Amino acid sequence: MAVNRIRGAFAVPKKGETFELRAGLVSQYAYERKESIQKTIMAMTLGKDVSALFPDVLKNIATADLDQKKLVYLYLMNYAKSHPDLCILAVNTFVQDSEDPNPLIRALAIRTMGCIRVDKMVDYMEEPLRKTLRDESPYVRKTAVLCVAKLFDLNPSMCIENGFLETLQELVGDPNPMVVANSVTALVEIEEAAPETKAFRINPATLKKMLLALNECTEWGRITILTSLAEYRANDQKESEHICERVAPQFQHANPSVVLAAVKAVFLHMRFVGPELRQQYLRKMAPPLVTLVSSQPEVQYVALRNIDLLLQKQPDILSKEMRVFFCKYNDPPYLKLQKLEIMVRIASEANMDQLLAELKEYAMEVDMDFVRRAVRAIGQVAIKIESAAEKCVNTLLDLIGTKVNYVVQEAIVVIKDIFRKYPGYEGIIPQLCQCIDELDEPNARGSLIWIVGEYAEKITNAADILSGFVDSFNEEFTQTQLQILTAVVKLFLKRPDQSQGLVKKVLQAATAENDNPDIRDRAYVYWRLLSSDPAVTKDVVLSEKPPITSTIQSLPPALLDSLLNELSTLASVYHKPPETFLGQGRFGAEAMQKAAIEEQEQNARENPIAAAAAVSGDNATQGNVENLLDIDFDGAAPAALEGQQPISSGGLEDLMGDAPSGSPAPPPGATNNMDDLMGIFGSDGASTAAAPPGGTDDLMNGFGGLDLSASATEAPSQPQGPKKTNQDILGLF
Amino acid sequence: MISGILIFNQKGENLIFRSFRSDCRPRLADIFRIQVISNSQVRSPILTLGSTTFSHTRHENIYLVAVTKSNANAALVFEFLERLRSLGKAYFNKFDEESVKNNFVLVYELLDEILDFGYPQNTETESLKTYITTEGVRSERKMPEDTSKITMQATGAQSWRRADIKHRKNEAFVDVIEDVNLLLSSSGTVLRADVNGQIVMRAYLSGTPECKFGLNDRLTLGEDNIAPPTNNRLGTKATRAAAGSVALEDCQFHQCVKLGKFDAERIITFVPPDGEFELMRYRATENINLPFKVHAIVNEVNKSKVNYSIAIRANYAQKLFATNVVVRIPTPLNTARITERVSQGKAKYEPEQNNIVWKVQRFSGGAEVILNAEATLTSMTNYKAWSRPPISMSFSLLMFTSSGLLVRYLKVFEKNNYSSVKWVRYMTRAGNYEIR
Repeated sequence: MAVNRIRGAFAVPKKGETFELRAGLVSQYAYERKESIQKTIMAMTLGKDVSALFPDVLKNIATADLDQKKLVYLYLMNYAKSHPDLCILAVNTFVQDSEDPNPLIRALAIRTMGCIRVDKMVDYMEEPLRKTLRDESPYVRKTAVLCVAKLFDLNPSMCIENGFLETLQELVGDPNPMVVANSVTALVEIEEAAPETKAFRINPATLKKMLLALNECTEWGRITILTSLAEYRANDQKESEHICERVAPQFQHANPSVVLAAVKAVFLHMRFVGPELRQQYLRKMAPPLVTLVSSQPEVQYVALRNIDLLLQKQPDILSKEMRVFFCKYNDPPYLKLQKLEIMVRIASEANMDQLLAELKEYAMEVDMDFVRRAVRAIGQVAIKIESAAEKCVNTLLDLIGTKVNYVVQEAIVVIKDIFRKYPGYEGIIPQLCQCIDELDEPNARGSLIWIVGEYAEKITNAADILSGFVDSFNEEFTQTQLQILTAVVKLFLKRPDQSQGLVKKVLQAATAENDNPDIRDRAYVYWRLLSSDPAVTKDVVLSEKPPITSTIQSLPPALLDSLLNELSTLASVYHKPPETFLGQGRFGAEAMQKAAIEEQEQNARENPIAAAAAVSGDNATQGNVENLLDIDFDGAAPAALEGQQPISSGGLEDLMGDAPSGSPAPPPGATNNMDDLMGIFGSDGASTAAAPPGGTDDLMNGFGGLDLSASATEAPSQPQGPKKTNQDILGLF
Repeated sequence: MISGILIFNQKGENLIFRSFRSDCRPRLADIFRIQVISNSQVRSPILTLGSTTFSHTRHENIYLVAVTKSNANAALVFEFLERLRSLGKAYFNKFDEESVKNNFVLVYELLDEILDFGYPQNTETESLKTYITTEGVRSERKMPEDTSKITMQATGAQSWRRADIKHRKNEAFVDVIEDVNLLLSSSGTVLRADVNGQIVMRAYLSGTPECKFGLNDRLTLGEDNIAPPTNNRLGTKATRAAAGSVALEDCQFHQCVKLGKFDAERIITFVPPDGEFELMRYRATENINLPFKVHAIVNEVNKSKVNYSIAIRANYAQKLFATNVVVRIPTPLNTARITERVSQGKAKYEPEQNNIVWKVQRFSGGAEVILNAEATLTSMTNYKAWSRPPISMSFSLLMFTSSGLLVRYLKVFEKNNYSSVKWVRYMTRAGNYEIR
């Protein structure tokens, strides 16, 4: 004590928080010591560095007060790394505690030992761990079992040499369900970290034990068991049937995550059972899925994202449950948008009236994003269900009547898509043309102009409308300009008498006054087509377009199948394979980090000075949040990481919004057009193929309704046009 | 799995930081603060940055955050946070910034117990309370047999019940509580009506009683619930309801209920925890008896006037009465003055909520009450459309179930064969009772 006081006098100033804490920690009164420990922990939570108190806190480890012991252990876990040498002083207490008559203390000791990630501690863990794994108390055993996973994380070879893995495998057959669940957890974790150990293999015997434990263990244990059952490939149909039969009762569990885990297990094993049984299970899982929608918002969100996936695989499991997905006024926005997605997916002839009334209601709300999404949903329903089209169009016209700017714009875009599927609604065009002045977004303007061009022969004043746009041609957005160009050419082909001057004017403006290569190129193509054979031009420009089939986004089947294996995980929420946001793959963040650290360590061994320099240099990169998150500043920071950050993670919006990079999923209609376009450009030679690659997105949008595309039946005639143009071009040059 | 649990207050101060894995570093607290708390753009409860995922929920004035580094089970993470919240409530009555600050040692202790290496362990409030207490368990006072019993219970097949409970009087109270949800369109058609019910039990029974529980629903009456949906579903359900049985859409049980037995034989059997617990939750969507019929006319006469005329009729037996009936009628944001007239109760304009609050203390069966009101609006420089939130209603009504559910029997079997007294109570409350 005295020595300590003297050292304190020399080493640190006699005031300040740390000093007071230290004084309290070595006080002769137990309650003062305990209070100081609490204060120390408080300071630690606030992010203050109290590691200097390590020796003083450690002195309080040997106590009969369980609370105090827990606090000291908590401190120890946090700062063990900063004082690895001193940890040895705690070992004795741990070993003693692990033999305490009180099972709570035994468990606490073994639990904490595993969390102190210091080599010296690991050396002493073997004996206590071996004992506690065979403890009479299941509480201690279930704690020790997880400790094996902790040890494996620190020192795999020691874990294997001591036969702990075999012990774990034996404990899967433990009489206590919680020990079984934790053994499975630990084994799955080890298997994941090091597949070569073959730690976890389900055989008929373990399967039986797991199914038995499933009905008895805690809810969390059930999730573990259900998840590993879902990943298990049954040997035959009978086994799958058996698993489904035993898992299905869990649909009735009160914990939503258990329900979701059970759905996952049944859904995956259902693939191997007979069709009749499969239908039965599909019916059985619908009500629990619906119930998930009434849990708290966050769980609901996860559930809705998963339901979205399930519906893409099995579109009609929830067809009768439309009402539960109706948005509540105070649902958070992320829920409302997701509910809309699902409502569109389960829309059918039976429920479309209900749905349309609801969507119209949403379209009158004030949240702009939500309203736009609702309007788009109306269009999706129209294209999905033919008999709904008329009602949808009427609803959209009602909405256009409201004159709310963003509603009108979105409605026009949607109506354009409806025209691409059902050409019979020309009657409404005058109404659309009335709101021409209100459109200020490129997409909406482009859509309206496309409609005008497409139906030019039926619109008496089409020339007037278009001439207005041609006058201000150079002030328009690129996307709109492209549409104007096409629409005017269509008009000319359909009514050559009215618009000769107009077409000349627009081609002039597009070629001479415009510096956007896309527009110039398209204008040249038209010009040359027009100056050649008008019949061929008609074939190309006015060719019949294949109708679009759906505007509802869905995932490519391969991705969908892989995501169904990930039900209820983050991947299923993002609708992206885990590698893309976690990066455990070849270019993954984790692997990258490991490689970088290894490199760093190698450097450090070879050349300590350079490594130090690299560390200091790396500080400059700390502005980048992603780097900050991924770099493990354990020993030396990896300088090599900078500039190699492989994953895009600009935030959630990005992750959610984009289709996965490997497998884009544009609506089929667009793809069609795109392919055709490519064909034309390809045969057109270098002059038109010069479009900048960056502009593809624009092209996709702009060409969504472009008439250059030819249907399959027209295909034979198609090459003639471009070839001719090609020759023309050659001639010109 | 879960790498760490963090708790923040609204200002972004870190109240609790507990890491369970070595990859959860203190600086993550700063990142969450910057990226979520001080970023008003965040709309989703999940945020992945780099390979770190933050899953958060808000409760009172604190953020509960789980940090994960892997492709974690998102449903589990959120449900765990929810469980943490309810544990906090059970321990401190109110789980907010103040109680976390005052009890941070206990919060750490709890976290240490309910999560190990990031895997949730036992989260049953009752059994946790036996060994994590506010006074602190002194190991010298507790006898070793005691603690081994506690740990046996915490891990056993019946983690929710001690073996040696004795009550002088053996009683069981069953409360059937229904939240009725209604969404009525402005034209008065029912868009959605359903019932979320829960059966809460307070069991004070000695020994290890095995209970059997029966309702008047089709599930437990042993009829086939997976009947093919083709054969005129609506019709059959209606006739059954008339015959005195209720069709429950779905039900969930407390973990004490033997799910396997329910699945096979449609019998609810369980060994109850001691004290209060939620035995089951259910959903019903067919044949809902709406306790109140609401007829609302909201008329935006012009830019400076809105007229309200709302009539509510009680649709239950005369001898019953609803209490605490509160109707909230939203008004435009620029309301200057309200004049209102009611036939019963009190109506008051609450400017800070933009609501007319109409309270009727006692609403007897068959009665009809009417409110007429006129809102005068101030003119605004830039006119913004009014979002017209729905009119909402709250009430509670005893001895009435919207779904028609009744408890048929509750049998208690115990080896001592004592007799027990059972009480049943029904209540219907408003869930989301909304009129557009």
